[in-house]
Amino acid sequence: MEYTLLILILPLLSFTVLGLVDSKWKPQVAGTIGTAVLATVAILAYYTAYVYFTTANISGEYQKIIAFQTEWVRFTEHLHIDLGILLDPISVMMLVVISTVSLMVHIYSLSYMHGEKGFERYYAFLSLFTFSMLGLVVATNIFQMYIFWELVGVSSYLLIGFYYTKPEAVAASKKAFIVTRFADLGFLIGILILSFYTKTFDFGILTSGQESVFAGATGISFLGFSVLSWATALIFIGGAGKSAMFPLHIWLPDAMEGPTPVSALIHAATMVVAGVYLVARLFPVYYFYTPEVLHGIAYVGAFTALFAAVIACVQTDIKRVLAFSTISQIAFMMVGLGVSGMGGHHGLGYMASLFHLFTHAMFKALLFLGAGSVIHAVHSNEMSKMGGLRKYMPVTHITFLIACLAIAGIPPFSGFFSKDEILTAAFEFNPILGATMSFIAGLTAFYMFRLYYGIFWGKEHKHHHTPHESPFAMKLPLLFLALVTIFAGFIPFGEFVTNDGALYEIHLDWTIAGISVAVAVISILLATIMYRKESKIPEKLEVSFAGLHKSASKRFYIDEVYQFITKKIIFKNISTPIAWFDRHVIDATMDGFAKVTQWSSARLKGLQTGDVQDYAYTILLGALIIAGLVIFI
Amino acid sequence: MNFLSIFVLIPLLMMIGLFFAKNRSQINFIAATGSVILLILTGILTYMYLDARAAGDMAEMLFRADTVWYAPFNIHYSVGVDGVSVAMIILTSIIVFTGVFASWRIDPLPKEFFLWFFLLTIGVYGFFISIDLFTMFMYYEIALIPMYLLIGVWGTGAKEYAAMKLTLMLMGGSALLLVGILGIYFLSGAESMNILDIAQKTIPLSAQYYLFPLTFMGFGVLGALFPFHTWSPDGHASAPTAVSMLHAGVLMKLGGYGAFRVAMYLMPEAAHEMAWIFLILTGISVIYGAFSAVVQTDLKYINAYSSVSHCGLVLFAILMMNETAMTGAIMQMLSHGLMTALFFALIGMIYGRTHTRDIRLMGGLMKVLPFLGVSYVIAGLASLGLPGLSGFVAEMTIFVGSFQETDTFHRVLTIVAASSIVITAVYILRVVGKILFGKVQDAHHEELTDATWWERISVVTLIIAIIALGSLPLWISNMIHDSLLPVVANLMR
Amino acid sequence: MFDVFSNFTTGIIPMEGYIIVSLIMFFAGVYGFLSRKSLLMILISIELILNAADINFVVFNRYLYPGQLEGFFFALFTIAISACETAVAIAIVINIYRNLNNVEVDSLNELQEPSLESEKK
Repeated sequence: MEYTLLILILPLLSFTVLGLVDSKWKPQVAGTIGTAVLATVAILAYYTAYVYFTTANISGEYQKIIAFQTEWVRFTEHLHIDLGILLDPISVMMLVVISTVSLMVHIYSLSYMHGEKGFERYYAFLSLFTFSMLGLVVATNIFQMYIFWELVGVSSYLLIGFYYTKPEAVAASKKAFIVTRFADLGFLIGILILSFYTKTFDFGILTSGQESVFAGATGISFLGFSVLSWATALIFIGGAGKSAMFPLHIWLPDAMEGPTPVSALIHAATMVVAGVYLVARLFPVYYFYTPEVLHGIAYVGAFTALFAAVIACVQTDIKRVLAFSTISQIAFMMVGLGVSGMGGHHGLGYMASLFHLFTHAMFKALLFLGAGSVIHAVHSNEMSKMGGLRKYMPVTHITFLIACLAIAGIPPFSGFFSKDEILTAAFEFNPILGATMSFIAGLTAFYMFRLYYGIFWGKEHKHHHTPHESPFAMKLPLLFLALVTIFAGFIPFGEFVTNDGALYEIHLDWTIAGISVAVAVISILLATIMYRKESKIPEKLEVSFAGLHKSASKRFYIDEVYQFITKKIIFKNISTPIAWFDRHVIDATMDGFAKVTQWSSARLKGLQTGDVQDYAYTILLGALIIAGLVIFI
Repeated sequence: MNFLSIFVLIPLLMMIGLFFAKNRSQINFIAATGSVILLILTGILTYMYLDARAAGDMAEMLFRADTVWYAPFNIHYSVGVDGVSVAMIILTSIIVFTGVFASWRIDPLPKEFFLWFFLLTIGVYGFFISIDLFTMFMYYEIALIPMYLLIGVWGTGAKEYAAMKLTLMLMGGSALLLVGILGIYFLSGAESMNILDIAQKTIPLSAQYYLFPLTFMGFGVLGALFPFHTWSPDGHASAPTAVSMLHAGVLMKLGGYGAFRVAMYLMPEAAHEMAWIFLILTGISVIYGAFSAVVQTDLKYINAYSSVSHCGLVLFAILMMNETAMTGAIMQMLSHGLMTALFFALIGMIYGRTHTRDIRLMGGLMKVLPFLGVSYVIAGLASLGLPGLSGFVAEMTIFVGSFQETDTFHRVLTIVAASSIVITAVYILRVVGKILFGKVQDAHHEELTDATWWERISVVTLIIAIIALGSLPLWISNMIHDSLLPVVANLMR
Repeated sequence: MFDVFSNFTTGIIPMEGYIIVSLIMFFAGVYGFLSRKSLLMILISIELILNAADINFVVFNRYLYPGQLEGFFFALFTIAISACETAVAIAIVINIYRNLNNVEVDSLNELQEPSLESEKK
């Protein structure tokens, strides 16, 4: 299946060509090339998926296929970085997700970014990002994943900072990169530890289940934890950075400074799920060797989901609501992985998590693109400038509603199935965790419908010109994604993706399904009462819970902590003293050598009086001393 | 005439030719021709070297030549190369080529500038091809002295102070070095200044205890070893563009190369005993340089401290004393050399236009100078260690190699050094954000012109080299790795 | 050590007597050389030193090597040489006087042009 190499090479070529040519060609040419390339990639991805899922099934298990591999860097005799393409159920699924969402974003941007300066640059960076993300998911070894991980980070930096004359965008792109860089440090150290004890980077070997691979690490511990726990925990920290888990989530809301299609692609559907993908990829290692880390992941995920959901309830900027919603949903996926077992029904968490990844990518992209549509119409992100837009933008309205229903978990939309399976797995692991997740699901429904009503219902805001529906290029992706959202729920996911490769038919637990639907419906009703029409209830609640409301709208002050750490601690109290020390202590010492030399030279100069008698005196003295030495010693 | 000696001969011919040049275009023509010839010769050398190795020649050094120079001390003019030397020669040729083009319009006295520039080149090439200690030292001095004039006459800012400080500190280092070399000669029992002969013998351990620090520190001063690095910020800041490129790109690597070739190779026992002291110092260099760079306001100072950090990593990896880390060290020398040359070239070009290096006074330059802006971003990403560019391969090799040492001391230091990737990101993105993005700060900057054709040649060559090294590192890392085996064998003794 | 002085009472002049005289002359000359301000006085001191050395030569010749004549000849030689040297020295002193208008050794401690010329500028 070597043609899969084209899936990676085409976007890379597109980036190079569009990047070098930049503004020398007309913008439409760049847009067309970019979109055409992505369309080809998408078709190839679908074809690969079709071929894989129909042919790779041997005796009930999907085989891992290495479509391509070449050695790139050699470190030691055991450790070397290969670049290759690994095809297995999750990577093929991700190929489909990435290429689909990217294609939709490419088409959407033809209209949305029309007339923007830097249009060609935008498409070049989109291609770079797609290349990097595709490379990440098909990585055959952990270091290749790290390589593409970094590339994805840079693409994100370039795209968030696309409007580079805006200081907020520049600051946001820097923040995103540095926070994820910090997480990547953890990832790197985790890789170093893991690879030292297992003598390999290769995923195939790491997840093969052979005891001998991890034999080198048995019994070795550091500060009370086994080295494998350290390794997997550090690797998770890397994933937590990209997937915006608390407290490394701070970059994601600010990343909304980038163009909205970028937010749809990178910060909803693809890059942010990289952490989930990483844990899924290494799941056998987590499950068999460091289950306590896996459970830790579940709790971190649960906390993040709750934290983000609470904040989302009080945000007023559309994109920020969606950003926190993304953080919350990704945390759901992490919880799904964290509570999962291995194989058959026990592996439900794993399957559910990845199914939710798939469905969430589709409806979140839909939500973002719909938000883009709205922003395009009213020229503002703030909910206060919107209201009653359903009359003017029917397509956007209906597709947004479908996505909201999906994310709230209302059957028969896809979100119901995927979220429900996660809840089932959570309840089986720990009922309290399950109840918490259900509560969070309720919050999700609440804030999403608060957003929905705030945009499409309620009092209209006076606009400069009447808002209008979006052009065709923007409508098409919305419609396509809406269709997927409606029907994707019925995909028998267990027949494709499971953690041990064996097929499994997922059954719904009707009790839990019933509970979750009830919770969702109640939340939607609550939101309807409070937000559909003008109502005093939100203000009254705001007043009575003033403290909580204020902290939540300030995102619980975590950004202030980040600012404090960077400005006060790193800049003022570490870097400045070091720079001062270098200039005024070390350099002063070197200058001091020079000064001492000059001083002693000035003193010695005094010996040269020019007076012949002084010289004669010195000669006499010297002669006497030498004579004395010769005679007496 | 030995093939390697041509590398020293060509710059000499350039210098003679320059005496007859009358106007700027003749001077530029001679300089450009010389550097192109050197580049072509380097390509031929690399090809011949890889060919010879592939054909099975397992000698430690290839293309050797040897003439007696001063018999009483057994000083020979002895040359030879191995993979590491070839890598360094490649680096030098690229940087000389790009440096010539970056100095296309140097003022005043272009003829004299290129005369000293080529004298410096003679010193550098000679150092890399010599395998006789004394000849090495002689070329080292030849490479050192022209710096004083180049910075003092053609520099900017506090140039006399910077030139004096740089030259005196580096001479101080070479004074230590001379003592070390003489000690090695007299005490090794080999009666020869040839490195290969001395490597076969063991210098008495008591002597090694003071000779190793002397030689390591002597070379370390040039390689920006903490706390002898302070010549670097002022020196680089005041130096003209091409001189900074050559100095930070190549000369600082002389230090690393010397530490590796002389200190570690000839005195492995002391290296094992005393490495921990120097590991701490180099570890401090890496973090200290990075943190210092975060709050600087002068573009060149940021880059100078960044160089302290990256060159510290080179010495750090060499001291880890295993194959992988040392391969990484040499690759980092190559990668950082190219990267820092690119940075200094770009900074020089920006300074030539805005007449300020203060980042608080610049902003939004990406709109006004797109070519320079994009190149600066690429250079910044290379410095960060973006995969696909050279910095990543080198740094990862170093980290993986360093991590192979199992004791806690080495591991902790490795993690500390690895954490520099975060600080590097902070200062690089800070600079890029301040000067390239945002709004244009000064109305005069709106009228600046983008890069000229000679500047483009310079910048594009370096970018291509960085991308080539970053995307296809296997051939160079293999070439370097195979040449490290004798050194590692010595270290295992 | 002091029993040499016992010889003084017997009537024959011992060698040490002459040596003491030349010693006193020599150090007087040295003292004069080091402390006099006038160049002429320094020249006179130098003459004293030379004469003291001559006395030494003659005395050693007479008392230690009575059969030989080298010492006497060398003393005559030295006197002649010192005369020449004094002549040259006087010539220099006259030149100095012409430039500086004085012959103090204190005004001669700089390598650059004598102060009289620089005052003219």
